[in-house]
Amino acid sequence: MIKVHQLVKRFGDSTVLDGIDLEIERGEIIVVIGPSGTGKSTLLRCLNFLERPDAGRLTLGDLEVDVIRASRADILAARRRTAFVFQNYALFANKTALENIAEGLIVVNRWPREKAHARAREILERIGLADKADAYPASLSGGQQQRVGIGRAMAAQAEVILFDEPTSSLDPEWVEEVLGLMKQLAAERQTMLVVTHEMAFARDVADRVVFMEGGRIVEQGPPSRLFQAPEDPRTRDFLRKVLPDAPA
Amino acid sequence: MSVLDLDYMLGLVPILLSYLPLTLAMAAAGMVLALALACGLAVIRVLKIPGLNAATLLFISFFRGTPLLVQLFLFYYGLPQVLSFLTQIGGITATIMGLTLHFSAYMAESIRAAIVGVDRSQTEAALSIGMTNGQLMRRIVLPQATRVAVPTLMNYFIDMIKATSLAFTLGVTELMGATQKEAAGSFLYFEAFITVAVIYWGIVELLAWCQRRLEHRLNEAYRR
Ligand SMILES: Nc1ncnc2c1ncn2[C@@H]1O[C@H](COP(=O)(O)OP(=O)(O)OP(=O)(O)O)[C@@H](O)[C@H]1O
Ligand SMILES: [Mg+2]
Repeated sequence: MIKVHQLVKRFGDSTVLDGIDLEIERGEIIVVIGPSGTGKSTLLRCLNFLERPDAGRLTLGDLEVDVIRASRADILAARRRTAFVFQNYALFANKTALENIAEGLIVVNRWPREKAHARAREILERIGLADKADAYPASLSGGQQQRVGIGRAMAAQAEVILFDEPTSSLDPEWVEEVLGLMKQLAAERQTMLVVTHEMAFARDVADRVVFMEGGRIVEQGPPSRLFQAPEDPRTRDFLRKVLPDAPA
Repeated sequence: MSVLDLDYMLGLVPILLSYLPLTLAMAAAGMVLALALACGLAVIRVLKIPGLNAATLLFISFFRGTPLLVQLFLFYYGLPQVLSFLTQIGGITATIMGLTLHFSAYMAESIRAAIVGVDRSQTEAALSIGMTNGQLMRRIVLPQATRVAVPTLMNYFIDMIKATSLAFTLGVTELMGATQKEAAGSFLYFEAFITVAVIYWGIVELLAWCQRRLEHRLNEAYRR
């Protein structure tokens, strides 16, 4: 289980996360939506300590940290419990698809090479790229690169996979294959926290949709409720802009 | 004396080649030391280590901003006058020192550029899966930076081999110094210097060929 308690992040004078509280059950799929610049990426990055939060408590499975006191070891432990899927894939350019997936197992989990490669092959099979094991990122399409990016996150066997707009950099032709893989993971009850503008994905796949604005969680609930009957005027406003057929 | 004295030139080749090992040894020593120093300077620049960073900038500016010949004279003739422990310094040592400092200044900048050129998002990806900074450097950043830096560094090595010829101005009898002596004995200056020119040219071409092969191998992985 993931628990975020009163998480705060500032950049200079501006408070980008203003006391975020969020709980995620094992196997739950949560989609975060909200206007640009609202702190969605920052929230994900703070959970993974790519940004150092300024206050708050995080519970990531068996790990509990007060972010202010988090030591180097705490940060590495937190990163092991959260896997990140980046908007721009961020694959290691000097490693093949197989090596990208196996890298963390070898370096971080200290698995023997053969075992890590065997696991990476299983994952390549699951993401439908078994034939691309030895391909380098530069030779893969955007969709294939992002599937490897997801495969790399799957290998980490984290408590939660954090997706930051995983389809926003993709040419339209590749979006479906990536969303398809995410749906497959959702069906396997992989715990996921997804920031996306794909409202159809939120509606069809999410157990819960979280609407953020101005560094706060304004409203959250099951997609059927949030999309049909948003309670907060800010949520209604936002949905009206992104869903042409939203209730007025 | 209207045509080249080919017999003289052919006879000169083995004599000059016997000085090639010294030329190559100075270049190799200079290259190894310059690379080590340049890596240190580049890391200081990348991490912007306070204090050291400013000193490094000054170092780089000086050694790139003054002629190598001036630097060699400074080490060989100038420094021993002010630093008495340097009186023992020989021409070969002074040359290696000069080549090291001069070329490390250039190489530091290309190594730095190669390191910062590695896409920042890969750094984040490596950290996100729990790699330490050291693992990130060793496994992700440096292999990619090397690939970018190697062609430039090879060019500097080639420049360095040619620059060893300046050692003759410090009284070192290397390839160029030997040619000078031979020419002075035979008065066949044109033949002597065209012969040594061809020898340098041959070495450089050989290295350029190695460089192309190496680049080809390093880039194989990244070709679309
Ligand atoms: N490293 C940083 N330094 C300073 N300000 C930052 C930094 N990263 C983000 N910000 C600011 O924090 C705010 C929130 O950014 P964030 O990227 O989390 O928003 P977002 O909700 O993900 O937006 P988008 O939908 O455009 O991706 C923005 O105003 C942004 O300019
Ligand atoms: Mg964002």
